[in-house]
Amino acid sequence: MVKLVKKVFFFYYDGFRSMTIGRKLWIIILIKLFIIFAILKLFFFPDFLKTHFKTDQQRSNYVIEQLTK
Amino acid sequence: MLMEHFNLALVDWSRAQFALTALYHWLFVPLTLGTSFIIAIMETIYVKTGKDIWKRITKFWMVLFAINFAIGVATGIILEFEFGTNWSNYSWFVGDIFGAPLAIEGIMAFFLESTFFAVMFFGWNKVSKGFHLTSTWLVALGSNLSALWILVANAWMQNPVGMHFNPETARNEMVNFWAVLFSPTAINKFLHTISSAYVMSAIFVLGVSAWFLLKKRNQALAKRSMIVASTFGLIMSVFMVITGDESAREVFRVQPMKFASMEGLYHGQTDAPLTAVGFFTKTPKPEAPNANEWGPKIKIPGMLSYMAALNTHAYVPGINDLIHGNTAHNIISYYERIKMGKLAIAALKEFQLAKKAANDSVARTALKTFEANYKYFGYGYYNDPHKLIPDVPLVFYSFHTMVGLGLLFVLIFLLTLIYGLKGKLPVKRWILYVALWAIPFAYLAQEAGWMVAEFGRQPWVVQNYMPTLSAVSNINQTSVIITFFLFGVIFTVLLIAEIKIMLNQIKQLKDGGQQ
Repeated sequence: MVKLVKKVFFFYYDGFRSMTIGRKLWIIILIKLFIIFAILKLFFFPDFLKTHFKTDQQRSNYVIEQLTK
Repeated sequence: MLMEHFNLALVDWSRAQFALTALYHWLFVPLTLGTSFIIAIMETIYVKTGKDIWKRITKFWMVLFAINFAIGVATGIILEFEFGTNWSNYSWFVGDIFGAPLAIEGIMAFFLESTFFAVMFFGWNKVSKGFHLTSTWLVALGSNLSALWILVANAWMQNPVGMHFNPETARNEMVNFWAVLFSPTAINKFLHTISSAYVMSAIFVLGVSAWFLLKKRNQALAKRSMIVASTFGLIMSVFMVITGDESAREVFRVQPMKFASMEGLYHGQTDAPLTAVGFFTKTPKPEAPNANEWGPKIKIPGMLSYMAALNTHAYVPGINDLIHGNTAHNIISYYERIKMGKLAIAALKEFQLAKKAANDSVARTALKTFEANYKYFGYGYYNDPHKLIPDVPLVFYSFHTMVGLGLLFVLIFLLTLIYGLKGKLPVKRWILYVALWAIPFAYLAQEAGWMVAEFGRQPWVVQNYMPTLSAVSNINQTSVIITFFLFGVIFTVLLIAEIKIMLNQIKQLKDGGQQ
């Protein structure tokens, strides 16, 4: 089991170490994920119903009110 | 509630933001779906023949695949953010239906793609050839299965089935998972979308290879890649035409307004022809659909009727027939639907009030009225049925662009395959230029297809039940405008990065010689 875990670890370790274009791509992915989750999600995209209401009952009441007012 | 009560500017900005995100996201997805299979085919040839040239070919296209995957990955997550923030009424309304497909998509994407992706890139010379090949095929299957669940969710919005609306919670609840998964709309949408993605990817491989031949570099790689791409592309383009034809009948059945808009058909007719080439000389406006004029048209007799019902004499209702109704063909007018929709909305409100007041008999009566009229619920937000007509010129031109380019691609695949098999590709420079310049048009066809599907169904976010105007959240319009431009910048930067990195990789590929 330990041997297998070691093998898998070094498979990924060597793979990441020997990357060429992959390095650049990982940097792009990480920057993008940071922008998406740490900036966009946090500051621009709060979940409207979860932020404004505490329970599902309140949420459904609000949506029904919106749909029927 | 009438449409006048909604902030229509907020609705439009939210729609624009969603369209921008989806259109940019869709620039990356089709190439991933298609090249994953093309690479798997190339690697299969390598494993079968044992020739190193095929390993080199596979590795080269794998790098371009990785670039596209890396740039495109997670761009779809932004759409999910938008559901929660901008489209909260919609998210609540459809929540239970979307939950299952999107959860399955997430798990599949993570386990299938992520696990085997690593083997595909890091596993050369470390795992057996067979295991590596299996991983490459599993990456292809995994990415395409991810697309399945997203497209099932989208198909449900176009043709809502397998659900029950709970008037107490205002949520749709899934009652039949298999009806959602195997709805004819979902099957056709999935098959047509993935086959068109394969075609686009084949054009991409063809075009890049054509560039190598034009530059007289890496000719062995280019010629072999072109044979694989044109064979794969030709088979898939035939499949795309067949699934497109099936999709047309499905659209005719569940979204007749979209179908009429795709052809710009205002007055219904039997033996309806399909416009092969045509344009508006006077653009119709929704409020005056009769004030449209056409320039000269090339028509295919009976073809629209055939597309609708596999019968060249079938009756195809026009936009005006849908608005005003047509008793001879059992078409309920939009005026009638609006009345029924208003009854449903009023009954839902009455039901809620009666429940709060613990008045069971009134609640029961209200519920009966609601259920009898619910199928036209969304129409109740409108007074003027003309507001329920999509942007006809946009849908018409998108549809004809998509179909015209799709047929052109069949011809390109056929010619490149014939010249490729005869070994004449390097000397037929004109077809190489055509293949190279087909790349942007393949992207255009993809985007046009998205526009037919999504602009064609307007104003519906959920067909017949929820229009876009009742789906939006009551949020600050300025923040939507800011994020619209923010996304515009972010996605443009990503696109430029993708093109630059790809071009560098293509240009830097060391010449492997003739053979």
